[in-house]
Amino acid sequence: MTEMIHREYPVQVGDPVLPRWWRTIDRWTMSCILILFGIGLLLGLAASPPLAARNGLDPFHYVIRQAVFGGLALSVMLVISMLPPRLIRRFGVLGFFVAICAIALLPFFGTDYGKGAVRWFSLGFGSIQPSEFLKPGLIVLTAWFMSASQEIGGPPGRLYSFIIVAFVTLLLALQPDFGQAVLVLFSWGVIYFVAGAPVMLILLLGGLVVLTGTVAYSNSEHFARRIDGFLSPEVDPTTQLGYATNAIREGGFFGVGVGEGQVKWSLPDAHTDFIVAVAAEEYGLVCVFIIIALFAVIVIRSLYRLTKERDPFVRLAGVGLAASFGIQAMINIGVAVRLLPAKGMTLPFVSYGGSSLIAGGIALGMLLALTRSRPQGEIADVLKRWGR
Amino acid sequence: MIRTPLRPLARILRARERGENPDAIERENKRMRHEEMRDRARLQAESRLILLAVAFLGGFLLIGGRMAYIATTDPVEPRAAASGSPIIGQRADILDRNGRILATNLDTYALYAQPQQMIDPEAAATRLAEIFPELDAERLRTDFTGTRKFVWVRRQISPEQLQAVHDIGEPGLLFGPREARLYPNGPIAAQVLGGATYGREGVDSAEVIGVAGVERQFDAYLRDPANQGAPLTLSLDLTVQATAEEVLAGGMMLMNAKAASAVLLDVHTGEVIAMVSLPDFDPNTRPALSPETSPDDNPLFNRAVQGVYELGSTFKVFAVSQALELGLVNADTMIDTRGPLTWGRFRIRDFHNYGAQLSVTDVVVKSSNIGTARIALQIGADRQREFLDSLGLLQPTSIELSEARSGRPLFPAQWSEISTMTIGYGHGVSDSPLHLAAAYASIVNGGTLVTPTLIRQDRAQTGPRIISEATSRIMRSMLREVVQHGTATFGDVEGYDVGGKTGTADKPNPQGGYYDDKVIATFASFFPASDPRYVLVVSLDEPVETSGSEPRRTAGWTAVPVAAEMIRRIAPILGMRPQIETAEADGVTLTSN
Repeated sequence: MTEMIHREYPVQVGDPVLPRWWRTIDRWTMSCILILFGIGLLLGLAASPPLAARNGLDPFHYVIRQAVFGGLALSVMLVISMLPPRLIRRFGVLGFFVAICAIALLPFFGTDYGKGAVRWFSLGFGSIQPSEFLKPGLIVLTAWFMSASQEIGGPPGRLYSFIIVAFVTLLLALQPDFGQAVLVLFSWGVIYFVAGAPVMLILLLGGLVVLTGTVAYSNSEHFARRIDGFLSPEVDPTTQLGYATNAIREGGFFGVGVGEGQVKWSLPDAHTDFIVAVAAEEYGLVCVFIIIALFAVIVIRSLYRLTKERDPFVRLAGVGLAASFGIQAMINIGVAVRLLPAKGMTLPFVSYGGSSLIAGGIALGMLLALTRSRPQGEIADVLKRWGR
Repeated sequence: MIRTPLRPLARILRARERGENPDAIERENKRMRHEEMRDRARLQAESRLILLAVAFLGGFLLIGGRMAYIATTDPVEPRAAASGSPIIGQRADILDRNGRILATNLDTYALYAQPQQMIDPEAAATRLAEIFPELDAERLRTDFTGTRKFVWVRRQISPEQLQAVHDIGEPGLLFGPREARLYPNGPIAAQVLGGATYGREGVDSAEVIGVAGVERQFDAYLRDPANQGAPLTLSLDLTVQATAEEVLAGGMMLMNAKAASAVLLDVHTGEVIAMVSLPDFDPNTRPALSPETSPDDNPLFNRAVQGVYELGSTFKVFAVSQALELGLVNADTMIDTRGPLTWGRFRIRDFHNYGAQLSVTDVVVKSSNIGTARIALQIGADRQREFLDSLGLLQPTSIELSEARSGRPLFPAQWSEISTMTIGYGHGVSDSPLHLAAAYASIVNGGTLVTPTLIRQDRAQTGPRIISEATSRIMRSMLREVVQHGTATFGDVEGYDVGGKTGTADKPNPQGGYYDDKVIATFASFFPASDPRYVLVVSLDEPVETSGSEPRRTAGWTAVPVAAEMIRRIAPILGMRPQIETAEADGVTLTSN
């Protein structure tokens, strides 16, 4: 019986690494990631020269940096995608502890670059934002705890992971970096949801959110005004959001043409938070649709592959990584189209930023590693059901 | 095939009986249980993953759809956000009865600043202060360099100023198009037109709202887009109005009066052809109303409508016409005029002693207070009040001015017999010149009530009858006689057959009683007396005529000459030909070829 099953999957320990990697990796997702990175470079060509001009640098200074960091990030991604899940878990947990130490040391050694929040370590050639690296590690750790709690006699992993996440959220909120804090909480919530959160609890939490929102809306004038302003169809065109909205309108279907865009000269964050506005203005709706489609394919395909996954750790870690990647993209684009209130968040793998690129490479490498096809014993399933 | 036993413990018990180690079986059981649990978790996770994937797909679709929606809408220029409903510009014009413009709109610009777009705010502030001397450079500088994002600099600028500001070349100084209300005739008909100001203001347009006069009364009409800019046509005649103002201003100066008013009314249609109140103002730059200004000195105050005064002997006409109408007297009935007439502690005197008796006509012509008091006494309080009320003298006029309601007549709450007597000769009831003009029109036009209006009418009014045609005819001839050989002989304008009645009322002292040397002199006239077309009321406030040996204040010396001059100038403009006696021309035969 057992031999019969194993003969169906002639995977052996001695199998060469690269051919096996190529055979088992999700090539669709990987292609999408590579295309996304290419689009990111293309948009960087459009969006970053104004910033370079402001800082008195060579026009394509930031594009070259992005390409260098991107190459690094892609290498990291490819290497990590070759690792087996066990090593992913090990490195992830180790990475988490390194990152948390780095964050804890931020108040003593970090710099704020005059932006008010101490988030960076300044190195000679650039800077590192440790909270970017924290996320993949934290997701792996959470998935590990959650999957352990599904074992008979396992530790109460849900509680432990929640305590850790709460601590990390607090750390991030203290920086303050509410965007990342919300992202971390959301990732944990998704993992918990897939790990089998009770339906009652989900409904209760949903109801609580609605209730709090309603109470806040009817009682706090400040809150109500913010929501009304956000919901109102008119946007003050002199704000960042107004410029972004106008850029999208100017672009129309096929854009105003390469290099013709104006919004990048008005928006200080054109190369990071509002890169989609630049894309919409210069390359039009078509380009934005392609970007959205790429993100959707990566997320949904990964989730689909994970439905087949039998190993609880792989499943949960993969879900966490895919969801945090997808939600970050959604928030970034959602802000630009005014579906969400303004919140600084980069578009993963497209926006400029060394730390975010490499951290994204790590996270996507992990995701690729976890979504590789492995023997899952589907035949046993069929046989068992058939035998009954 | 491995069969799963229904009762796991049974196997263990059996194994024990057989002396085997049950641990293997227990491990097996545990493994089975674990696998089952994982299968359950996996199936649950599978459905939840699909749910999650659908949610993500929905989210991405939503964002893409929203993006497409925004991309297909039109771009807007970055401007300061205008909140609320759009402001409707285009206020309708106001025309006179001949279509000449009294009020119109002028395209202009407001000047505002967006300091965060400024390149050199300091220089901009300095240059602006040079262009607009009334602006404070220091204040502008603090405004421009502070945190404000939007500053109104000027509500309205001229084309020259627009160019000068353009020349500063400051991108943070912006112009908002709007309309300004323009009164091309300046102060002519100032109180009638009132004035306008800006209501809600945006950078794209500003709301012009009326603050007084017809501008306020017809504000909703003038601003209603449904009218498509149809102008408002008033009954005023611009030329007549201008002439009346000119003559009245001259008369006011000659007679040393502190204020004056005049109303010219069409006796058939009730149209106000001219309405003047002096001093006046320019509605283009309507002065700010200070609350402590007394109405006497306030140019915004429309004396012709808002100013209620005791109008003196002009009221005798009402007592006499009512007595005639009631059949109590006829034109030749002799009235006892021995004075003074003592009633309780009151004594009624005449200006001159007119002897023992006067006919009713002479009572009017010579203006005998005693005679009128006796006639009023015959009428009685109730009938008198009813009659005055039917003439509209006891309610505010319904003229289409927002100030009309404040022109509320004053009359005694207790209409006693002594009140009846004094009201008979015009003391005790205070009315506006417009009230008087409308009442005179009702008396002389054949006896039907006239309601004054400022809107052009197409046909004569058919008001309720106040007095009979016959009484009206008697009153006309009586009043004509006043001008021919009575108190108003200065008012006889050759060829226009003027009739009328003077009134000189002592001004009430706010401290109580009346002034000895301050009067309101009024002349209520109509022309031509044979078939009246217009009523003209001229009223002077505190006039003194000083050409003689002693100062003369009576209306016959002050208001009447002014009114006569006005008729002399206005009647030809109104298209009336002077009717010259042509007795000598009888022998001439007019021929034409």
